[in-house]
Amino acid sequence: MKRHLLSGADLDRDDALLVLDTAAELASLTDRAVKKLPTLRGRTVVNLFFEDSTRTRISFEAAAKRLSADVINFSAKGSSVSKGESLKDTALTLEAMGADAVVIRHHASGAPHRLAHSGWIQGSVVNAGDGTHEHPTQALLDAFTMRRHLAAGKGDLEGRKITIVGDVLHSRVARSNVLLLATLGAEVTLVAPPTLLPVGVETWPCSTSYDFDAHLKDADAVMMLRVQRERMNAAFFPSAREYSRRYGLDARRMAQMPDHAIVMHPGPMNRGMEIAAEVADAPRSVIVEQVANGVSVRMAVLYLLLGGATLGDGTEA
Amino acid sequence: MSAARTPDDTRTVLDAAEITRALTRVAHEIVERAKGADDLVLLGIPTRGVFLAQRVAERIRAIENREIPVGALDITMYRDDLRRAPARALLPTEIPPGGIDDKVVVLVDDVLYSGRTIRAALDAINDIGRPRAVQLAVLVDRGHRELPIRADYVGKNIPTSKSEKVHVLVAEHDGEDAVRISGHANGEDQ
Repeated sequence: MKRHLLSGADLDRDDALLVLDTAAELASLTDRAVKKLPTLRGRTVVNLFFEDSTRTRISFEAAAKRLSADVINFSAKGSSVSKGESLKDTALTLEAMGADAVVIRHHASGAPHRLAHSGWIQGSVVNAGDGTHEHPTQALLDAFTMRRHLAAGKGDLEGRKITIVGDVLHSRVARSNVLLLATLGAEVTLVAPPTLLPVGVETWPCSTSYDFDAHLKDADAVMMLRVQRERMNAAFFPSAREYSRRYGLDARRMAQMPDHAIVMHPGPMNRGMEIAAEVADAPRSVIVEQVANGVSVRMAVLYLLLGGATLGDGTEA
Repeated sequence: MSAARTPDDTRTVLDAAEITRALTRVAHEIVERAKGADDLVLLGIPTRGVFLAQRVAERIRAIENREIPVGALDITMYRDDLRRAPARALLPTEIPPGGIDDKVVVLVDDVLYSGRTIRAALDAINDIGRPRAVQLAVLVDRGHRELPIRADYVGKNIPTSKSEKVHVLVAEHDGEDAVRISGHANGEDQ
């Protein structure tokens, strides 16, 4: 494992499988009387959130606490950031407090990379979503969920067909998923209107299509992406209704999927927009399970980054 | 006692038949101490302790004619030396469906050495439930304890030097049953 987790491409196949296998073992913790392990006792994890988040922040907090780490939550609102403090000065403050890991969400793509490689802090940096760039732990929990349903919880996702649909342009989830799923051997197809595919998508390890209906019958998993209106400052499609008709997952489309195929969504959902309410609540929808798996996967990431010897500092053998 | 020396200075201290006899004796001792096997649960410590636990359970089953719950208890997350090496991969933990509350849990491991593994296992058990009692069965006790821990059932006491290495091989994992020692018996403690 590298010292930081910034991108879905930071993990090679062995690392990705190690995270997924570790998460699978940690998932059994949920059934236990004491849902806590002493492993990260005395280590400090800072959740540095410059952007609103419900599930990711809570998920990271739960993961760190279940490993007995001390957790400091830092959100830009109500902090000195609102007085104009820079990322650098915030980072130096965290370093002075002895953060062993910084989980960062930032509205600017590349902020976690800057934090990791600037020399401002010594600890590990985990990207919890940066702008429209990457969200690697989401990709890991998606892969974990797919593996449970499509590969009996073991090995990789060789040959599985994954269709990712919607606002790829603004989606950090899509980019991280494409990179990680390709590493795990899955065949990913991105389906979106031309206006919502990013420039350079042809260099990604996946195929693209404008036709949702053509990629339903052979899909093992269909992942719907949220239409990120808050990031849309131009007209990317004529109307919500038209978008929904061409790229929304409704009961008719779901009926065309194979029986074993699952429906996924990283949340938060726009019910009625990219996904119909009846689909979101259908038995084959694993959206709630994705959230539960998020805690196990983030525990695995924190354990593998922080649980062993501190890499490179030379104080421990 | 066989002590055939191989050219690379490895000697076999227990062969397959001796291991079988040792495990059978341990099984009898467990049953005798438990006065039957009403509430016994065997938990093996991965990797080889799990196979040994399964074998002991089989023998108890033969003696008492009843099923004995067997599980696996990974202690990785409870180790006291985690920070001395890169993060380790976790091994499977499987607690039998009946749980361990109010049961007599017998921990099964291959080698008892410093006692630190067992210390970690006791912590792990504490988070899983509250057994009526916890006992320890090991195939080999090689001495050199660093904690106040002892085994209740020992397959074989083997005095060793700290510079020696004890290798327990089990057929399920290594293709053969044997306990071997390598290294120099007179070497200085490291």
